[in-house]
Amino acid sequence: MSLGAFKVLPVILWTDALIFALLAAVLALVWFIRRQPHLRAPWAAVARRPMAMGAALVLAVFVTIGLLDSLHYRERLSDSPPDRPQYSVEVLSAFDALVGKLRTQQEKTYSAPLAMQLYAKEFIERGGATVRAYPRLKYGGAQLKQADARVPDLVRRVILGLAQGLAASLLLFGLLAAWQTRHRGMAFGEWLSVWGTGRLGWPGRTVVLTLALMLMLGTATFHLAAAYHVFGTDKVGQDVLYIALKSIRTGLVIGTLTTLVTLPLAIVLGIAAGYFRGWVDDVIQYAYTVLNSIPGVLLIAASVLIVQVAIEAHPELFDTAAARADIRLLALCLIMGVTSWTGLARLLRGESLKLRTLDYVEAARAFGVSHARIISRHIFPNVFHLVLISIVLDFSGLVLAEAVLSYVGVGVDPSMYSWGNMINGARLELAREPVVWWQLGAAFAFMFTLVLAANLFADGVRDAFDPRTGGRR
Amino acid sequence: MKPLLVVRDLVTEIGVARVVDGVSFHVVAGETYALLGESGCGKSMTALSLMRLLPDGGRIASGDVRLGETDVLALPERDMRRVRGGRMAMVFQEPMLALNPVLKVGDQIGETLALHQDLGGQAARDAARALLDAVGVPDAARRLDTYPFELSGGLRQRVMIAMALAGEPGLLIADEPTTALDVTIQAQVLDVLRRLRAERRMGMLLITHDLGVVAENADRVGVMYAGELVEEGARDAFFATPQHPYSRMLFEALPRPGDGGRLATIAGQVPRLDGTLRGCRFAPRCPFAIARCRTEPPGWQDFGGQRVRCHLVGTLPAGSVRERVPHIVAEHVPQPLLQVEGLKVHFPIRRGFIQRTVGHVRAVDDVSLAIEAGRTLALVGESGCGKTTVGKALLRLIEPAAGTIVLGGETVTAKNASTLRRQAQMVFQDPFSSLNPRMRVMDILLEGMDALGVGAAVARRDAVTRLLRQVGLPDDAGGRYPHAFSGGQRQRIAIARALAVSPRLVICDEPTSALDVSVQAQILNLLKDLQGELGLAYLFITHNLAVVEYLAHDVAVMYLGRIVEQGPAAGVLRAPRHPYTQALVSAVPRIEPQIGQGVIRLAGDQPSPLDPPTGCPFHPRCPQAGAVCRQTYPGQTELGGGHWVRCHWVAGQA
Repeated sequence: MSLGAFKVLPVILWTDALIFALLAAVLALVWFIRRQPHLRAPWAAVARRPMAMGAALVLAVFVTIGLLDSLHYRERLSDSPPDRPQYSVEVLSAFDALVGKLRTQQEKTYSAPLAMQLYAKEFIERGGATVRAYPRLKYGGAQLKQADARVPDLVRRVILGLAQGLAASLLLFGLLAAWQTRHRGMAFGEWLSVWGTGRLGWPGRTVVLTLALMLMLGTATFHLAAAYHVFGTDKVGQDVLYIALKSIRTGLVIGTLTTLVTLPLAIVLGIAAGYFRGWVDDVIQYAYTVLNSIPGVLLIAASVLIVQVAIEAHPELFDTAAARADIRLLALCLIMGVTSWTGLARLLRGESLKLRTLDYVEAARAFGVSHARIISRHIFPNVFHLVLISIVLDFSGLVLAEAVLSYVGVGVDPSMYSWGNMINGARLELAREPVVWWQLGAAFAFMFTLVLAANLFADGVRDAFDPRTGGRR
Repeated sequence: MKPLLVVRDLVTEIGVARVVDGVSFHVVAGETYALLGESGCGKSMTALSLMRLLPDGGRIASGDVRLGETDVLALPERDMRRVRGGRMAMVFQEPMLALNPVLKVGDQIGETLALHQDLGGQAARDAARALLDAVGVPDAARRLDTYPFELSGGLRQRVMIAMALAGEPGLLIADEPTTALDVTIQAQVLDVLRRLRAERRMGMLLITHDLGVVAENADRVGVMYAGELVEEGARDAFFATPQHPYSRMLFEALPRPGDGGRLATIAGQVPRLDGTLRGCRFAPRCPFAIARCRTEPPGWQDFGGQRVRCHLVGTLPAGSVRERVPHIVAEHVPQPLLQVEGLKVHFPIRRGFIQRTVGHVRAVDDVSLAIEAGRTLALVGESGCGKTTVGKALLRLIEPAAGTIVLGGETVTAKNASTLRRQAQMVFQDPFSSLNPRMRVMDILLEGMDALGVGAAVARRDAVTRLLRQVGLPDDAGGRYPHAFSGGQRQRIAIARALAVSPRLVICDEPTSALDVSVQAQILNLLKDLQGELGLAYLFITHNLAVVEYLAHDVAVMYLGRIVEQGPAAGVLRAPRHPYTQALVSAVPRIEPQIGQGVIRLAGDQPSPLDPPTGCPFHPRCPQAGAVCRQTYPGQTELGGGHWVRCHWVAGQA
């Protein structure tokens, strides 16, 4: 894995650009909030909630993988002339470079998790005779001589991984303790007892335990993945763990970019309908009633097909397959965004209808405050918690919707790694005897973790932003 | 006589807070025992503990509740269900929330009858009709088939009482039964309760914050403060000489007619009940507290038939603790500020697919008012008479359909609305919904100044500090959010917001009706002080006549969108001429025993402004109505001194 400056050509896909723009916006927002004490307070309350912080750590791991996977490049072909360099058509990412062999170690077809044999019988030469048996894998457990050495080897690797993870956790904990004791001027034993009873002022116990758990899980997986396929392989022999990890980016892109499309539409139209009433309300209501009465999947399928036809009609616009798949992903986000704003808009309309009759809005009108200012200072901040909750709930919903759409066949490009495509691929094999369950299992585990973490985090955020419960737990 | 209900050392906890702490009292059959106190003192929690209907997290920690021979706290839940509704029943404050909106009235009463009397079918129907008759619901047979939303507030509360009676309980617990009702309706409901108690020899536990209601209904009174009973005694003795400083200050905080002095206020708030409370709980707010009060909790002491929990019983100075400091009264120069002629506000009724206008609700119909600078005009009337609409129409928050408004010599039109807005501002009823919870107090106060461009931008921050001091809030209040303040403090913020643009007229829409008596006194004092200092004129919209007598110079009485009587406050309230004003004045529960004229009870409810009666709108309820009242709207009859009435009867007498 050589990442020399001259050996690669950076590729910026459309979704990459949007993701990093979003990241920059979030960072700018964080910087802004830090300087405003009254905005910082609720976020500080989020940071005091153990459940929210644990979930945030899990989310951070997902986001990091997603961001690494968004740094795309093309490798220079080794035989291309230096003055007129030619680059591989395969678009890789920083994440691919990090996981190294996981991507390239491809078996022939299905193999079970942690197996050393294929899942299908083949005719193989053994001692001169041709027998029908399960052949050994090319990479999975290839270092073992005997089949019965597999279990001890697995145990050894797991224990080694856990021990290393534990050691790393202890090291980090020691550093944390050293910093904290200096910072607070406490003795180590005293700090330890305060930490143990969970009275640090921040959820130290949860953070340390979650981190330790994730580190141990990570190192154990690392050691296993070095010699085995942890989640088995798929139909074409590709490592399922690798596919599941690559799918994280797709899930995050769909969850965040779609919300970005949804939000302006929902907020502007929802509040306008509720606040202005009259014909504005009528027009917006008719618009979303009509949109809602068209079956969503049908609309999305039609739009995706149009985009696909457009892509195929203009092959000259895309230099790689990845760029083509990427445009389809972006189009999917746009389409889902345009069709899914109605729920939030309806919620905001109802809330604005209620808020506009409240005395503080009347008081503002008695001062002659303009509509724009009333909306931005009185209505929007009081519906913001609804927006926030629906962002996070929609995020989970969208990640799940992608899986459904890809399963139906109108989701992301079939060449793109996504949990939906994994489930779609596993669908037919579920009827097999014995069943191929690991693709479905891996997709389920990853999706479940991401969505659960997002929902738990959303709960914490909502509670902290609710002024009535903000002070209490 | 054997008491019906005996409560001994009842302690109720919610989480760590001891909301009821060692309360003991008893109720005898046929008598009314009133629990009196401000909000947050544990009155309702005591009642809910008796019924064992505590909210989540609440539990009865210790104590003894005996209903007749039954130990209520020891009963299993299964038997407790027979006690609730069967042997003691409860009437709640808000009849709309306590009745199921999707069940017919007859079915709801029938449910209780089936449960406690095993009645069904026609027998239950007959019993339900008899109950509605007993609580004075007119046309009871037809009402059985109506839904709660078809009934007015007073009728709903009667239905609630009928439901409570369905189990023939020995004890009726009434938790603020009339707080949500208008005075004339309140008088009707209280009459019903008094009559039923006498007929059925029930014991009644009346929970209220209104001294007037207690004075007219209770036989014995218990005063609660911070979860404890602090004083107990027979009504007459209690009202003649309240002994506990808290009881005394409740009396002193009440506005009374013909008294220009400041109202006594109780500094501070009811303490939080979760901390460890040392000494007397009232000591931090008590003007008489001595060192012993802060360390040693007082025990019960008998004093002339009353029981009091106070170290200083008998040593307190007799008479008033009210400060005899008069308000600063600005020199009154008659100078007209606001003149309203023929104001009309009509709300269109739209029907059908294309929202065609099919008629109008005449919420305000031909109202004329005048306020002089530095004076207070009170606009009085029951809910739904259009008084708030008048206030909002003056500020053009609602567009009036007709009429001219002249403010400070300038006619107000849609074009010069911003000039108007610097001169007139509004203070709203509910301090919890009138402040944006997401804005800091400073931003709330700056909003008006920013929008109307008052003063230089740099000077506005200083103006905020000045305003906060003016309304008696700490300087650091500006940086906090409204939820950090109590109801009274929030109302101060709302007043400061109105004052921020230096108006000459402030429209106060029931500014004290959501507040406790002692806090109400603070706000009334503040309003009077501000009037003296700044020469403000107030349009004071209220249904509370005691406040009107205290604060207002002139009074206008509204009924169904029209003014029926107007004149100087003293004249209108002491010698009312219009039959409606007379009924309104006599319906107010008084602490002092009524002398002279009998109480006038109005029948029925205010008609809907959708379909007002022809002629004089008051004639269906008027005891003096004649044939002419049903046909023609009465003209204005001058009574001298600026006092006039619209009534054929008065005109005929003159």
